Amino acid sequence: MFEYAPAPESRSVVQIAPSYGLFIDGLFEEAKSTFKTVNPADEEVLAEVALAGPEDVDRAVAAARRAFETWSALPGSERAKYLFRIARIIQERSRELAVLESLDNGKPIKESRDVDLPLVAAHFFYYAGWADKLAYAGFGSDPKPLGVAGQVIPWNFPLLMLAWKIAPALAAGNTVVLKPAETTPLSALFFADVCRQAGLPPGVVNIVTGAGDTGRYLVEHPDVDKVAFTGSTEVGRQIARSVAGTGKRLTLELGGKAANIVFDDAPIDQAVEGIVNGIFFNQGHVCCAGSRLLVQESIAEELLDSLKRRMATLRVGDPLDKNTDVGAINSAAQLARITELSEIGSSEGAERWSPECSLPDRGFWFAPTIFTGVTQAHRIAREEIFGPVLSVLTFRTPDEAIEKANNTPYGLSAGIWSEKGSRILAVADKLRAGVVWANTFNKFDPTSPFGGYKESGYGREGGRHGLEAYLA
Amino acid sequence: MPKSSAPRLSVRKTFKLYIGGAFPRSESGRTYLVDGDNVALASRKDARDAVVAARKAQPKWAGATAYNRGQVVYRIAEMVESRRAEFKALGTAGDEVNAAVDRLVWYAGWSDKIAQVAGNANPVAGPFFNLSSPEPTGVVGVIAPPTLLGLVSVVAPAVVTGNTVVVVTGGPQVAVTLAEVLATSDVPGGVVNILTGHAAEIAPWLASHDDVNGLDLTGVDDPTLAVELEQAAAGTLKRVRRAGRTDFTNDPGLAPMTAFLETKTVWHPKGF
Amino acid sequence: MTATVMSDLRSLLHGLPGVDKVGVEARAAALATRSVKTTAKAQAIDLAIRMVDLTTLEGADTPGKVRALSAKALRPDPADPTCPPVAAICVYPAMVPVAFEVLKGSGVHLASVATAFPSGQAPLDVKLADTRDAVAGGADEIDMVISRGAFLAGDYTKVFDEIVAVKEACGSAHLKVILETGELGTYDNVRRASWLAMLAGADFIKTSTGKVPVAATLPVTLVMLEAVRDFRARAGRQIGVKPAGGIRTTKDAMKYLVLINETVGDDWLSPDWFRFGASSLLNDLLMQRTKLTTGHYAGPDYFTLD
Repeated sequence: MFEYAPAPESRSVVQIAPSYGLFIDGLFEEAKSTFKTVNPADEEVLAEVALAGPEDVDRAVAAARRAFETWSALPGSERAKYLFRIARIIQERSRELAVLESLDNGKPIKESRDVDLPLVAAHFFYYAGWADKLAYAGFGSDPKPLGVAGQVIPWNFPLLMLAWKIAPALAAGNTVVLKPAETTPLSALFFADVCRQAGLPPGVVNIVTGAGDTGRYLVEHPDVDKVAFTGSTEVGRQIARSVAGTGKRLTLELGGKAANIVFDDAPIDQAVEGIVNGIFFNQGHVCCAGSRLLVQESIAEELLDSLKRRMATLRVGDPLDKNTDVGAINSAAQLARITELSEIGSSEGAERWSPECSLPDRGFWFAPTIFTGVTQAHRIAREEIFGPVLSVLTFRTPDEAIEKANNTPYGLSAGIWSEKGSRILAVADKLRAGVVWANTFNKFDPTSPFGGYKESGYGREGGRHGLEAYLA
Repeated sequence: MPKSSAPRLSVRKTFKLYIGGAFPRSESGRTYLVDGDNVALASRKDARDAVVAARKAQPKWAGATAYNRGQVVYRIAEMVESRRAEFKALGTAGDEVNAAVDRLVWYAGWSDKIAQVAGNANPVAGPFFNLSSPEPTGVVGVIAPPTLLGLVSVVAPAVVTGNTVVVVTGGPQVAVTLAEVLATSDVPGGVVNILTGHAAEIAPWLASHDDVNGLDLTGVDDPTLAVELEQAAAGTLKRVRRAGRTDFTNDPGLAPMTAFLETKTVWHPKGF
Repeated sequence: MTATVMSDLRSLLHGLPGVDKVGVEARAAALATRSVKTTAKAQAIDLAIRMVDLTTLEGADTPGKVRALSAKALRPDPADPTCPPVAAICVYPAMVPVAFEVLKGSGVHLASVATAFPSGQAPLDVKLADTRDAVAGGADEIDMVISRGAFLAGDYTKVFDEIVAVKEACGSAHLKVILETGELGTYDNVRRASWLAMLAGADFIKTSTGKVPVAATLPVTLVMLEAVRDFRARAGRQIGVKPAGGIRTTKDAMKYLVLINETVGDDWLSPDWFRFGASSLLNDLLMQRTKLTTGHYAGPDYFTLD
């Protein structure tokens, strides 16, 4: 194999300040109490970030409440133009934001550049277009915004999750207080600057950084009308409990343990790509990752050979290298969890395999891994690992595949690989999952609703359906 | 070179047609005088050429992603905004320029939403997947009103959904300036073709043209002509939109788009 | 061929796994974003030069033109002795003796298109005579075209038998089988035609004649690389791949090398197993090569036009 020489994306396209305060009412405040955010690829501190306490969250919610009066009263066409401006600024600054995202998150620049940032801009464009068309969205002739939205997002797609939350909220006339994840706060703070550049009125978007407690203050704040959360099922459950009885509207986008079902008539080479993309995209830090491969027994051996051969070409390493396929695990804590569950997989008798790959000395890394000989009883077939670890199971008939696929408390996504259209549609009908991909995987589009069945949460983000969560 | 004391002589613009992304004179060599400017006077053969250009551009334009078409229409809005002084110099009021820009922004947003509003899944009684979605009609002849807002309000809805258009307008300078906007807005050549001249002369050729799929009569003031055009259009069962007198400042609704959309329904069995 | 063998051939070809168009194009596009820089690029450029089948297939070809091209094949950059020669010259049969005079003993191969190139619409005996003439004139590689008409009509036996016959007529010359993928319509057909050619004895499978609007593309080449990979795994014989037509820039060539690198790997990263059928590509490779050594951009006036 010929080795590509290092092709690092320039870090100098982004200027990270030593410290960042909260963004409230259109202003960056002075940071008082802070925490550090690190680059997971080398554990270097990128910046210090303010840790928001209850009174900070109070001020942010109050600012959002004040801004709501005027923002919600603006004609939709004016709100649309603000969102279009934001979309355009993101397009123009996408290289800078992509590098920032890779630095703070550890994802390969190829993905932040070609997936995250284009989708972020597209999401704002899409919902910008809805702002002056709400009466056509199918939620009544004169739908109204809810008020202040408290939004808490995860670390796996920091800016994209922000876009999924903020774009529909603003288009519908709500104002927001958003808390980015503790380990990836920077792109949300840069987004605050994008809002400023766009001339967005103060208080419409407020960013409060912090950890779990900050998120809790926000979702439990009495003056928040709507809570939107993306993250783990466990935290989602707590939020649903705390919101119960308050009358707040709630949408949750939680964990998953998606089945990726490969039938014996699948387009094999593309199925292998889909399996790889399904579980190794974004280091497997994807709630809809295809973490359970269900392969028809008659082709299992052949398919696994192809899969292993393909995995051997994955390039793991420096997220800023343009040729990197798999980057760094986002945090030490996540790495520990992936490591632990993988060890459990081995101890429960599944066979573990990884391609040869040298991992950097510093930072958080985990080689792409598959487990074969996995059964439904194994913990690695039931629990969300949220890392580059694939469990392989087999099935004999479509009914068995469906049964196994649905045999989980989760229900976020699923994949089907077959050249037979009627089979795909019949299987899709029976899968209890919010998104079903056929002969593709991990595809996202602002026009397409995303969200789960069962313990993967409720509510949909994206598409016309995504407006419903922000309208009364 | 010694500096002349004489006042500087301005360079005037030549007002030409807009066909296939280029600015040709009328093949007839004719012009007519509008506010002191010689403006190209389109002929039936110009209309014929414009239909060829529109037909050639249509598959690729319809095949572009809705997102891409929306971006292009939004870019038109940006460019109209940046040329507001030019439109004002032609007598278009500031408010009307604003409304035209906002109208373009409104349609830019429709590109990837019209299918979600005008299409749907159908719960047929049987083991079938059944989905209806809108598709563009094809090439649309547009007899446009003479004002900027009127022009934008008939052209944008037809093209944002994937049709290509041949526009006939009696508001020549505004239309030519809009053509210059389009030529610098990432709009592929041939998607919008603009003919300046007389509807009474050109429109019948578009109405009877076998390779035109739709006809928008919004800009036809003469009721007799409108009836004749509708009758001519019946020859190939063109989709005809006869909006009549329109207040372009109102919410346009969906009709300007759906008038030139077909609905395609796909059936597919479901079974192992 | 007997009826059973015929139906075996059909069921074998139609039993190959399908190719999902969207998926294969996405994979090719993703690989096309690989960044090949500095030392890797220098290495890759020299490899690409060594893989070029420098081609002229025009009605206006003359002995003078072919001699000049052959001279260029031996020393692509007269100003730089470190620049390697190309893999082969590719000409019409009538021009084979001319090229042979220049190339003999040089190690640069002499390829000739044959079998009523480019349409393939001639009787078999004409095609075989065409092939024998080229070999007799000194060609050690034959680029034949398949009968796309027969393939599309489902007459796989006819295509198979023709390839077998031409292979025999080739003697010791290597046989490259041109599938003309731009006329096959689907990736499924590309995969089937690849297998058909390999089963019939092709040493190389080649995308295109360069004479129809759609020539080599990355996804088509990807499908063919997958086919030679799978064929070796099953039949134990390694087959070469030659994309031809439409590859004009160094950037294009790099994408193909990346495709080999990440689909079939090392074993195919050699002029023995991969070729570029091209003409203008060579000068762009030379220009990029010079840019890497001098540090500034090169201009076309500084490279020979042949």
